Amino acid sequence: MSTITEAPFEPQTSAGRITNFVDQRVGGSGILREFGRKVFPDHWSFMFGEVALYSFVILLLSGTFLTFFFDPSMAETHYTGSYIPLKGVEMSVAYSSSLNISFDIRGGLFMRQVHHWSALLFVAAVAVHMLRVFFTGAFRKPRELNWVVGGVLLILSMAAGFTGYSLPDDLLSGNGLRIIDGVMKSIPVVGTYISFFLFGGEFPGNAIIGRLYMLHIMLVPAMILLMIAIHLFMVVIHKHTQYPGPGRNDGNVVGYPLGPVYAAKAGGFFFIVFGIIAFVAALFTINPIWNYGPYDPSPVSAGTQPDWYIGWVDGALRLMPGWLFNIPLEWHIPLPWGVNTLSLNVLIPALVPAGIVFTLLFAYPWIERWVTRDDREHHVLDRPRNVPTRTAIGVAGFIFYCVMWAAASSDLIATHFQVSLNDVTYWLRALFFIGPILGFIIAKRVALALQRKDREIALHGRETGRIVRLPHGEFQEMHAQLDDYKRYKLVGFESPVAEEGIPNENGIVTKTERRRAMLSSFFFEDRVAPATPLELAAGHEQHEAIEAGEDAKEVSH
Amino acid sequence: MKALSQKRRHPLAALALLVLGLMLTGGLYAIATTVNAAKADTTTSSASQVKEGEKLFVANCATCHGVGASGTKAGPSLAGVGAAAVDFQVGTGRMPLQMQGPQAREKPAQFTTEQTRELAAYVATLGDGPALPAEEFIDGKGDAAVGGELFRVNCAMCHNAAAAGGALTRGKFAPALAGVSNSHIYSAMITGPQNMPVFNDANITPEGKRDIITFLNTIEAQGSPGGAALGSVGPVSEGLFLWTAVLGVIIGFTIWLTSRTS
Ligand code: HEC
Ligand code: HEC
Ligand code: HEM
Repeated sequence: MSTITEAPFEPQTSAGRITNFVDQRVGGSGILREFGRKVFPDHWSFMFGEVALYSFVILLLSGTFLTFFFDPSMAETHYTGSYIPLKGVEMSVAYSSSLNISFDIRGGLFMRQVHHWSALLFVAAVAVHMLRVFFTGAFRKPRELNWVVGGVLLILSMAAGFTGYSLPDDLLSGNGLRIIDGVMKSIPVVGTYISFFLFGGEFPGNAIIGRLYMLHIMLVPAMILLMIAIHLFMVVIHKHTQYPGPGRNDGNVVGYPLGPVYAAKAGGFFFIVFGIIAFVAALFTINPIWNYGPYDPSPVSAGTQPDWYIGWVDGALRLMPGWLFNIPLEWHIPLPWGVNTLSLNVLIPALVPAGIVFTLLFAYPWIERWVTRDDREHHVLDRPRNVPTRTAIGVAGFIFYCVMWAAASSDLIATHFQVSLNDVTYWLRALFFIGPILGFIIAKRVALALQRKDREIALHGRETGRIVRLPHGEFQEMHAQLDDYKRYKLVGFESPVAEEGIPNENGIVTKTERRRAMLSSFFFEDRVAPATPLELAAGHEQHEAIEAGEDAKEVSH
Repeated sequence: MKALSQKRRHPLAALALLVLGLMLTGGLYAIATTVNAAKADTTTSSASQVKEGEKLFVANCATCHGVGASGTKAGPSLAGVGAAAVDFQVGTGRMPLQMQGPQAREKPAQFTTEQTRELAAYVATLGDGPALPAEEFIDGKGDAAVGGELFRVNCAMCHNAAAAGGALTRGKFAPALAGVSNSHIYSAMITGPQNMPVFNDANITPEGKRDIITFLNTIEAQGSPGGAALGSVGPVSEGLFLWTAVLGVIIGFTIWLTSRTS
């Protein structure tokens, strides 16, 4: 709060003079004052975005180290490094340089493992962050666009991972590229051309690693950086959301200012994440490329899987049968210029599930807004149980994803649990369709049950397990009332009722509107109303009669 | 010459010719099939070994494989499987079979080395088959790099590139190869136990097999250069580890960091 009469700042120390010099030219203190006063609420589930950010920083650092030694050439060479089981073996320069990073460059293997572990953590943190945002309703107005930016970031991080995974040109990564090649070639008419274009001729060619390298170290990270910048900028503009609580509403944010407490915590957290990754990278192998050998289109190893974030697409491919009820899914279509093959058994699993997941993901904020007609700004989050239908939709989607994800490890499930690979596949095929439905029903019931429990506790307090005998001989269990803060958490939410179709200005309920009404009842027909103040008062009176005479302290516990 | 041309028209000439032809092809076949075995046959078995082996066989194996190993519904005929097959099956504890299933399971070996030899000697008398591998090919002193290439091309699709094992259809599986003796590795290749194909000397030369054994010994002895190998089964175990252990620790820290306020 500067006043006009304030004297110009006179720095006393040399550090002060330097900062003052910089400040007068750059105006940093203004920025600092603005940002330092931003308030961030504290909750553990809010920190996954930060984990993603920090692992990205670690990726940049470790990746830069790798670029000093990695050579993306596909020229042939004979390995001369120190790993004996590959000595003299013919391989690409890319693979040989990755082996050199692993065995002949000091700290190289550690850095590779740091890079790869943080890549896995990066995508995982993005995914968990996104689940948090979904289940708490943080994507609602005004944050829909930031949700979309987040979705783009998810796709970009998968792209970064996949392009990186393919670089070392070992057997595993080559198998992965071969699958991508197959998927591309299954696209009708243009597929083969796209594949030839990407690989610079027939697979594998000798261009792909160089091309992926450019994508991996320039284009994709640059786009990720840009998107992160937009993402964080929007977070600052919108302010952070907060969980419901006393004194928290859509017009405020309760928490710590960014500086100094929050900034210190965040800075410390970066080093914690870095420390965990370094610890894991030092002790646990990841992507032991020396095991897999150089890429060669003929051999395939058992246990060939992509990194976890691509696993679900691989799983969809594994689940797809080649024949459906005696109808082959591979068709040979005679066309004037010759016979074209349409491989629906590849095309469908590679594109349809991913198409469904990402379309719904991007569209969801608008779908929900249309159904609920809720056009208000929301800065207070929902507890997942208080929006049973959304939670159930999320769980259904999650299970749909997880079934495909599990299918990518069907062979390992078979060997490790000593069951038949065929049975694993049949079960997962069934779960692919039934799982999301079951998940929806169960999640919704669980959410409603939790709401009922909350209501019960808000009205009657917690069961203490203490049984007392009343003067007239009746036994009753003592209930301890919650304090007001805790109770607020249990009753402070909205529970809309399903809407009938609303007539438009001509008094007609349009078809779209009727559909919306149907969805609205799908959303809201099962509901548990929060306890109203009246009900609360009534509930308490009943208990106070019994509790009279008890120590007040105990009662409020 | 004249006598021959006269007897050419003898009624029995055709028969004689047939016998001659059969003997010739049969003899050639016998020579051809024993080439493999002859080369590797270093452990000669005595008559007493065969006799002991027969006793053991009747007591332990005949229920399934039949008297004289002629085969029953419960087990195949063992004529011609060779000493190597018996040494592998009994030495790794797969035989006597414990339980019918998709694939004979390994268990602690039921017989001493001596008894196993005797069983092998007996079964070897029932018909020619691959004999026990020669010492020179199982010394593990071949070329690991060549062996690695052979392994990736011939074995990795079932056994995994790091020999960590893998699934086959309907409950069958290719086991992990760590801890298998060199002689059993060799025997497995030449006899093709259960669902594994046979790799005869035309597919992979004995020197090639020696290289494969050297490769397997090398990767087993070197351990994992990058730290705990998480089962060497590839990205699935890495992903699982990340989602459970790493993310678990991170969640622990986030809760700790935010626990002082609310
Ligand atoms: C419970 C029944 C059972 C018993 C007991 C048993 N086997 Fe077997 N054995 C089998 C079956 C079944 C197979 C075929 C397995 C397959 O191919 O999946 C087999 C396969 C074999 C083979 C491999 C044949 C080949 O084609 O390579 C050998 C060698 C063998 N048995 C030896 C023995 C010996 C020696 C014993 C006694 C120590 C024995 N078995 C006891 C059931 C049995
Ligand atoms: C078609 C898949 C397949 C291929 C290819 C294959 N194996 Fe096997 N292998 C198996 C199966 C299945 C078993 C288990 C047999 C059993 O349990 O009796 C096995 C067993 C073995 C065993 C015995 C393991 C033990 O634990 O006792 C060895 C050693 C072995 N294989 C080595 C090799 C080598 C070396 C190659 C390449 C030259 C190879 N295999 C190729 C399927 C395969
Ligand atoms: C955006 C997030 C990124 C992700 C998810 C990611 C992921 C990966 C993955 C999974 C690999 C395979 C690594 C291995 O097994 O060794 C890899 C390799 C590599 N990455 Fe990244 N990376 C990212 C960013 C970067 C950046 C910013 C750079 C450089 C500025 C970089 C440089 C490299 C290099 C050079 C390799 C080859 C490593 C090798 O020799 O094995 N990466 N990356």
